[in-house]
Amino acid sequence: MRNPDWVHTVSSPPELADLLAQTGYLTDEGLATVGYLALAMRRPLLLEGEPGAGKTALAEALAEALDLRLIRLQCHEGIDASQALYDWDFARQILHLRTVEATRGDAEIDEAEVEKSLFDERFLLARPILQALRESPVVLLIDEIDRADDEFEAFLLEVLSTSAVTIPEYGTVAASTPPIVVLTSNRTREVHDALKRRCLYHWVEHPDLDREIEIVRRRLPDVPPLLAEQVAWATARLRQRDDLVKPPGVAETLDWARALQALGATELDLGTAAATLGSVLKYREDTERVRAALSGILSP
Amino acid sequence: MTVVARHDADEVLAGFAAALRAGGLPVTADRTQAFLRGCAVVGADHRAGVYWTGRATLCAGPDDFSRYDSVFAAWFDARPPSPAQPAATTRRVAEADLESGEDGEEADGSAVVRAAASSVEVLRHRDLAALSPMERAAVARLFAGLRARPPLRRSARRAPARRGEVDVRRTLREELRRGGEPAQLRRRARSRRARRVVVLVDVSGSMAPYADSLLRWAHVVTHGNPGRTEVFTVGTRLTRVTPAMRLRAGEQALQAAGEAVPDWSGGTRLGESLQAFLDRWGQRGLARGAVIVVMSDGWERGDSAQLGAQMRRLHRLAHRVVWVNPHQGKLGYLPVQSGIVAALPSVDDFIAGHSLATFEQALGVVADA
Repeated sequence: MRNPDWVHTVSSPPELADLLAQTGYLTDEGLATVGYLALAMRRPLLLEGEPGAGKTALAEALAEALDLRLIRLQCHEGIDASQALYDWDFARQILHLRTVEATRGDAEIDEAEVEKSLFDERFLLARPILQALRESPVVLLIDEIDRADDEFEAFLLEVLSTSAVTIPEYGTVAASTPPIVVLTSNRTREVHDALKRRCLYHWVEHPDLDREIEIVRRRLPDVPPLLAEQVAWATARLRQRDDLVKPPGVAETLDWARALQALGATELDLGTAAATLGSVLKYREDTERVRAALSGILSP
Repeated sequence: MTVVARHDADEVLAGFAAALRAGGLPVTADRTQAFLRGCAVVGADHRAGVYWTGRATLCAGPDDFSRYDSVFAAWFDARPPSPAQPAATTRRVAEADLESGEDGEEADGSAVVRAAASSVEVLRHRDLAALSPMERAAVARLFAGLRARPPLRRSARRAPARRGEVDVRRTLREELRRGGEPAQLRRRARSRRARRVVVLVDVSGSMAPYADSLLRWAHVVTHGNPGRTEVFTVGTRLTRVTPAMRLRAGEQALQAAGEAVPDWSGGTRLGESLQAFLDRWGQRGLARGAVIVVMSDGWERGDSAQLGAQMRRLHRLAHRVVWVNPHQGKLGYLPVQSGIVAALPSVDDFIAGHSLATFEQALGVVADA
């Protein structure tokens, strides 16, 4: 199922947009161009934008469209190489050592030989980045890089620029084809410029109304067309308000449509909207404000 | 694009990158290289392709987009590229703080001598709004001597320690080194890291006499906690001055901040600015778990209910909210203005900030937060 020739299967931005659209991910011209460049230039893609604008979904769609495996690394504070790259399975190494001791009998121990057997591949725990380098071509998603520390960024920089890692006791693991790397950031802090310079940068916007309606239709084909349209339209209206703590993203639009569908609604009216508001708005202040102005938001 | 037909494409594109650099974008040689390679991939004669390639390779963030767009239009629409305009406002910090000072003493030599002779201790307790220019210079030097400690928090990261949980990995590794002989237990504990500090400086008209000192204070805090301090000015609008504050020399930092801030000595729409801060930065994580320092007299011209609501929001996100008020602690001052009244329930420390001594104390409050 692996397709190492993914570069040649996509030869222009519109073609990539088509492939992604088949998976239900709709792009605009900018995102398609930048995505295509990432493939053609083999550069990591750094996506920033509002939460819920579809940054992570792009990586998932890319993997599906190119028929590649998606390997995901979720960043968090304090993440380090042993969680992102590799680790040794110490407990099993100890067991192995004990076994060697117990079974040697009177024979002399060959220290170098034992050590070599201790740092064998079977004791190596491959974490996401090492997995990606070994199994490439894959799509490697490094999610929410802004949550990791600066030191981790510097470390990533090294791996991304060479597509190889060196494990002192084991040797170098290099990817034959560099993985397609997608980094996402919610911009809780500024990503270091050195990392940005090695990536293609794109700011992911919320989709416009037509595209959002199309997204709902494709992702949720069972939702009645009228409902899909109304939900997309109402979310767009919510997004225009500047008094919301957290304006809804595409993920919320889809949640809302799903919630309405689950209730058996065929139309978005005051009653059904009020009942399902919790799926679009995640702050009490927002819910209160919108509830008070709901009829105005729903009327054209 | 007709331009491309007549010139060598790479030359035109490299020229565009150079024009962006002249326009103030951080375009480096490797960025230009990536841009040229990207254009070769999408085709240099494809206008939209060149546009998006440039945005992806030459811009470092959404703040760069508007400048990118205008340079792009100027370069590729066959108009002569206009020389890059520096930021529209070039007012300096010095102007802002001199406006309300009484500077009649400049010509009066004796006053200057008196000021210079006044002991440092007296100067430390003087109200910074009432200083002569000479005294100001002395205070600026004293400010440069202040050192800030960062507030600390427990980190998710664990470090080797004498006490704490057993560090299985290190214990086993030690055992391995001894060929399987059980060794001493190794322990580890959570380490401590510097907590983020966010300083919001009110630069409205009523705070003008203090603006200079407040920014100097913010500069000291920034360098006491490098990389984990963010400084914004609030007034009629919100401006991020962190890059300016990171400059090492105090004077340079103040000058850069002065050039970045468009609303010196304007009105105060604290609630609105605070909301802009929370929407754009705070909610995403900048304010989360941080020590927030608001430096303002709370003189709100907008809706004080909005200020109250935003302060509650800020308080829910932040680790601690410190409000530094230049009038607090002065004789006869009571926090009764509507803005302060609305904000106070969401403030953990309400402290004075009008003299060098009080600013020193404020550094202590932040460090122990």
